[in-house]
Amino acid sequence: MKANCWISPNKVEVQDVPDPSILNDRDAIVRITSTAICGSDLHLLDGYVPTMQEGDIMGHEFMGEVVEVGQGVDASKLRVGDRVVVPFPIACGACAACQAELYSCCENSNPNAGIAEKMFGHPLAGIFGYSHLTGGYAGGQAEYARVPFADVNPLRLESDLSDEQVLFLSDILPTGYMGAEMCDIKSTDVVAVWGAGPVGQFAMDSARVLGAAKVIAIDKEPYRLDMAAAEGYTTVNFEDHDVRSALLELTGGRGPDKCIDAVGMEATHGAAHIHLYDKVKQAVRSETDRPHVLRQAITSCRSGGIVSVIGVYGGFVDKFPAGAWMNRSLTLRTGQCHVQRYMRPLLERIERGELNPTRIITHRLPLAEAPRGYDMFKNKEDGCEKVVLSP
Amino acid sequence: MELKGTTTVTKPPEEVYAFWSSLERFPSFMAHVDDVRMTGPRTSHWKVSAPFDREVEWDAEMTEEVPGSRLSWRSTEGADVANSGEVLFVRAPDGTSTEVRVTLTYDAPGGGLGKALARYFGEDPSQHLDDDLRRFKQVIETGQVVRSEGAPWGKRARQEFPQHPAQPLSDVELKELQA
Repeated sequence: MKANCWISPNKVEVQDVPDPSILNDRDAIVRITSTAICGSDLHLLDGYVPTMQEGDIMGHEFMGEVVEVGQGVDASKLRVGDRVVVPFPIACGACAACQAELYSCCENSNPNAGIAEKMFGHPLAGIFGYSHLTGGYAGGQAEYARVPFADVNPLRLESDLSDEQVLFLSDILPTGYMGAEMCDIKSTDVVAVWGAGPVGQFAMDSARVLGAAKVIAIDKEPYRLDMAAAEGYTTVNFEDHDVRSALLELTGGRGPDKCIDAVGMEATHGAAHIHLYDKVKQAVRSETDRPHVLRQAITSCRSGGIVSVIGVYGGFVDKFPAGAWMNRSLTLRTGQCHVQRYMRPLLERIERGELNPTRIITHRLPLAEAPRGYDMFKNKEDGCEKVVLSP
Repeated sequence: MELKGTTTVTKPPEEVYAFWSSLERFPSFMAHVDDVRMTGPRTSHWKVSAPFDREVEWDAEMTEEVPGSRLSWRSTEGADVANSGEVLFVRAPDGTSTEVRVTLTYDAPGGGLGKALARYFGEDPSQHLDDDLRRFKQVIETGQVVRSEGAPWGKRARQEFPQHPAQPLSDVELKELQA
């Protein structure tokens, strides 16, 4: 089959690879009908996630049709012919984390858990196409994929919604939603979202459906801010404005009640010297992440507010504003999304027309052109917000 | 050499004890254990792989069996590597899960075999026990040792990097896996 493979930093290539086979009894094989490039794939492309290997198949946002099931898959849960969306974290459904609906912290799905444990103190769940640290699972930017614990993970679709309407249930819609949900939004809340990429846009939409009084989008790409403005959100371009001052102005000096970091470890900064400081530290590996969105969110947030982090961090950050966090009674909440928890309720919101995930799609490409899609998305060319690939 | 390891599984102590009591299951998740055969109600014969395609064997006898709470054993006289072990099954604070606490003791033999064994276990022998316990948890909670394309070998996990790339195995590799 054809698959988009990681070759080296800044290089992916569509290659011919073997078709997947069942490795565990509860596996299924899915023929992929739609897949997407995620912002977090750019962290892999850029070489900031360790344990990538030449030939690793990329991709953790995919859906399709079940073409084979292992002998251990409960037929009442999944059968050949089912149309499914596959969540990016692989969950066993049986461990304590899964029973607590903390699916992205599954204790059993990562065969390389020992390595993750050394880096993070405790293991991480397996994730499709996301380095060997999260298990070394082949990803979904391919014609077929093997899906472990197929009786637990995939969402079966019974409605006739199009692929584009439901594809993002695999990751970015639940991720954005969890970012907003962790904010415990009240009807009087002003919610500021750093990053107007796909996850940021969905965090804004989710803040709106959860009842926020006002939603503010922070980015530097005019086309991304325009996309947010078209939905009625207030925008702040950090290249033109000092973010903290702008946020104070927009909130009567209070600061946003809730702040969402939808950027993560590769943030860019309006102030060149601060950006350079973090870029150099990251380059010489004395800091793994560039955390100034996190810093800015913490220092901007209203006292007693919540800072919710859904942008991906991979290691250690420098100059964490612990004083602001502690003295002003801020709550910091975070997590890789527990996608399985949100798929069905969000599908229902899509069916009711409360959320329209297709609004962020700007590019539709055949799988063969995945490398071009990565280039456009990374370099923010041609107004690229979200690339959907068709195998 | 004494190794300690612990894990918590979402099954009650009685069930986890029963799983450990059936020693024949050990080879399915313990990397170096090739075969365990019961030779009597309280005795068993162990075959464990050692470096350079060698195999060490011993007979073991249960020294304590307290259903639902404690198992201990020791090798009998004439073992290639004298060893003993103990597993405690402790109900976790949630009231339904079990904390499994394992202690293994090896009298590392002198001479070439002892040195080879030490090398085999590496600088961090506890890692082997931790990995065995992780697979034990996978088996008792999910039914099987979990495999990925990058780490498809199950209990024969190869610790070294690079791994197999995260892409499906070729027919030749699949045959090797099934062998």
